Amino acid sequence: MAETLLDKKLYPETAFVPGKWQSEINVRDFIQRNYTLYEGDSSFLEGPTEATKILWQECCDLLKKERENGGVLDMDTKVVSSITSHGAGYIDKDLETIVGLQTDKPLKRSMQPFGGIRMAEASCKSYGYQVDPEVSEIFTKYRKTHNQGVFDVYTPEMKAARHSGIITGLPDAYGRGRIIGDYRRVALYGIDRLIEDKKEQFKSLEGEMTPERIQLREEISEQIRALGEMIELGKIYGFDISKPARNAKEAIQWLYFGYLAAIKEQNGAAMSLGRTSTFLDIYIERDLREGIITEAQAQEMIDHFIMKLRLVKFARTPEYNELFSGDPTWVTESIGGVGVDGRPLVTKNSFRYLHTLENLGTAPEPNMTVLWSKRLPHKFKEYCAHISITTSSVQYENDDLMRVSHGDDYAIACCVSSMVVGKEMQFFGARANLAKCLLYAINGGIDEKSKLQVGPKYRPVTSEYLNYDEVMERYDDMMEWLAGLYVNTLNIIHYMHDKYCYERAQMALHDRDVKRYFATGIAGLSVVADSLSAIKYAKVKTIRDENGIVVDYEVEGDFPKYGNNDDRVDQIAVDLIKNFMAKIRKHYTYRNSIPTMSILTITSNVVYGKKTGNTPDGRKAGIPLAPGANPMHGRDMNGAAASLASVAKLPFDDAQDGISNTFSIIPNALGKDEIFVGDLTVSFDPGCCETNLN
Amino acid sequence: MGEIIGNIHSIESCGTVDGPGIRFVIFMQGCPMRCKYCHNPDSWGVNEGTNYTVSEIMAKYDGVKEFVQNGGITVTGGEPLLQTDFVTELFKDAKNKTIHTALDTSGVTFNKDNTHKIDELLKYTDLILLDIKHIDDEEHKILTGHTNKNILEFAKYLSDKNIPVWIRHVVVPGITFDEKYLSALGKFLASLKNIKALDVLPYHDMAVSKYENLGLEYPLKGVKPLTKEEAIEARDIIIKTYKKEVVNYL
Repeated sequence: MAETLLDKKLYPETAFVPGKWQSEINVRDFIQRNYTLYEGDSSFLEGPTEATKILWQECCDLLKKERENGGVLDMDTKVVSSITSHGAGYIDKDLETIVGLQTDKPLKRSMQPFGGIRMAEASCKSYGYQVDPEVSEIFTKYRKTHNQGVFDVYTPEMKAARHSGIITGLPDAYGRGRIIGDYRRVALYGIDRLIEDKKEQFKSLEGEMTPERIQLREEISEQIRALGEMIELGKIYGFDISKPARNAKEAIQWLYFGYLAAIKEQNGAAMSLGRTSTFLDIYIERDLREGIITEAQAQEMIDHFIMKLRLVKFARTPEYNELFSGDPTWVTESIGGVGVDGRPLVTKNSFRYLHTLENLGTAPEPNMTVLWSKRLPHKFKEYCAHISITTSSVQYENDDLMRVSHGDDYAIACCVSSMVVGKEMQFFGARANLAKCLLYAINGGIDEKSKLQVGPKYRPVTSEYLNYDEVMERYDDMMEWLAGLYVNTLNIIHYMHDKYCYERAQMALHDRDVKRYFATGIAGLSVVADSLSAIKYAKVKTIRDENGIVVDYEVEGDFPKYGNNDDRVDQIAVDLIKNFMAKIRKHYTYRNSIPTMSILTITSNVVYGKKTGNTPDGRKAGIPLAPGANPMHGRDMNGAAASLASVAKLPFDDAQDGISNTFSIIPNALGKDEIFVGDLTVSFDPGCCETNLN
Repeated sequence: MGEIIGNIHSIESCGTVDGPGIRFVIFMQGCPMRCKYCHNPDSWGVNEGTNYTVSEIMAKYDGVKEFVQNGGITVTGGEPLLQTDFVTELFKDAKNKTIHTALDTSGVTFNKDNTHKIDELLKYTDLILLDIKHIDDEEHKILTGHTNKNILEFAKYLSDKNIPVWIRHVVVPGITFDEKYLSALGKFLASLKNIKALDVLPYHDMAVSKYENLGLEYPLKGVKPLTKEEAIEARDIIIKTYKKEVVNYL
């Protein structure tokens, strides 16, 4: 591509408002001092350029080919993916303003065996490929993987619980994900400065060599190595990212190289991008002001960047895809929100990101997430509503709630959990199935499906009709057991992940001392709440098999159901969360991480349902559990607000990693479109226009 | 005297189509009309439904009021004017709490010689959603089983009292989707001075399964749903006549 003015123009030292960000690594300070709040409407936005249209069509053709090919277009079976493992790859080199692919070809899936060689082999095999025998040999014989480390240490009880599905979705065979590097640092500081900072950190950790300090020193060494490789990655594509970005195009490109380094080495379940739009706007605003770029060029660069994020793919197995209902990557980008000083963090670039859904068409990835606040500019809210209505591709999170504990520079990892960018990370912990735990409580630890003794051999319930107090007492004991087993299983997983599959690129873009969360999760909340409600308010008869194991339940009479804003049952759900979280908190958590809990089985509830037998609320074996904190399907009888009111009672303090409520509604049930005429009054009564249209 | 009881079909805590904003919608049980396109035939019978007191309803409202702060309460049905006393008490309580009130009615029970009760209700009603089923009386009888004379009188009555009204009109292919009737409706609306909005509702057949479940014959079998384009066309016809005519009344 010909060099343009855009490439040449350099930022003078004085281009930005100075501040603390200059003397320390502090992206938030840079943003706060330099961003330009935009309160206007969307009329400034530009459509796709010719280059964008052609490029995206090429991507669509490739994606179509991939689908036709059974889900995978091409896989690398020889080269172990690393930051510098592949040569440059392009979609259409002459047209791309932002470049860089995971491998040397678009949609060619990289091989990442550090999480587990068996998973890498299985994913290749399921699409008709075979991992190079030499690679297999190396990662079986000579180089231990995370997966092998975990299984070297698991107890028989852990293996049984994992197998029966009372603990599920554990990241013990692939990348744990959910870590967000502060990719903005690459653009703002350039890699040299980041290496310098990491070297200082390394130096600060001399003296008494405790295991913790040794571990951290080794990690920082790895981080420095990764940063060096990022410079190499830039060079592969012809850029020098050792220095700060000098214009908008470089800022986007530098940032993307940071992210690209991460996804070349980690195939985590969620690989979020962070909170980048307002940061990048500072560069774009400046280039626009200086006349270096036009709005059409700004949008083009954002379109091309987003296009890259849409092509992010990992090699997965069909079982993995079943668990997550598809092949998601959760490239979550958090947009908007409000600063702690009250200024909304909305810029023109917040609009541009959302506008890609119009320019390129709708897509689930990147997962555009608006941090919603009552105080967002009205025009921005309108645009969000417009994009939601036309594309159904926007996720919303409550900024007013999360800002209290996370400030104004957090981002969403995966679908709901919030992390302060570059300062906090989490150990993803999948989830414990509380519905199955209730069945174990009733059957004294015997699995209702396999009939094996999986849990501890506590006294089972022997009566024909379930007694609430008796069930609760047993359930409490069984949850105590489950919480301990669950936390300790996760302790092993994260120890081994750090040891054999460390996220050196992402952690290089974090502070030295990160706050670590230990992100546990639960599944089956509404099933348990309804089951306990049925036991308490109706009569539940047990049906036993020939060995006296309860295999089914008959509910006689009606009972309050979660999701109708009825305190009798909603309180059961609230108590359940508080109680289980208290039990989790009793245990040591790896690296003294802070235990949190999420209630957000958004897709995996189907698989969990398959692994859970008949439940006392009348749900039949195999029926999906409700997703997240949702009421069971069809049981909320009073409309959405009552259903949401039930969810809203759940204590955020005990479920800080997020509470999800999946809410779908029939198109047109959500208000009026243009058929509705609401301004009739103006034609003869201009003084009175009180109709408040929805 | 015990608290007045309302017979209620169901409650929707997050209504978005029955008045301005997000609304707490109460569907009253029982309706004297038998509109062929009715999509709530399960709300016809007066002997079904669940009993609630005003305070029970308001307690439910309180539980979700954060969600409906820009909206209010809508009472619809069934036909809410079959239970005017209950609705009056409910709206009185709502207005005490400065909640916006909307009444969705066909006006079928209106009797211009006996307005005592409705006058009392209107004191506490911010907005009427008035369903005009058909502008032609004969056709109205065929469609609903009732004359529209008192309904149109009710519309005039509301106009004279200057109570804000949104007109709702279901457009059905072969029944109301007819230029003659649509312009007649526009002309009639132009004679009223309180119309704040027009809500043209395209006929849909999503209620077919409800009829099946109730063991009822679906009266509009084979009638195709009105497309959005047709709905816009219908709306434009009404508005065009309305605007032309309204000048005469200025």
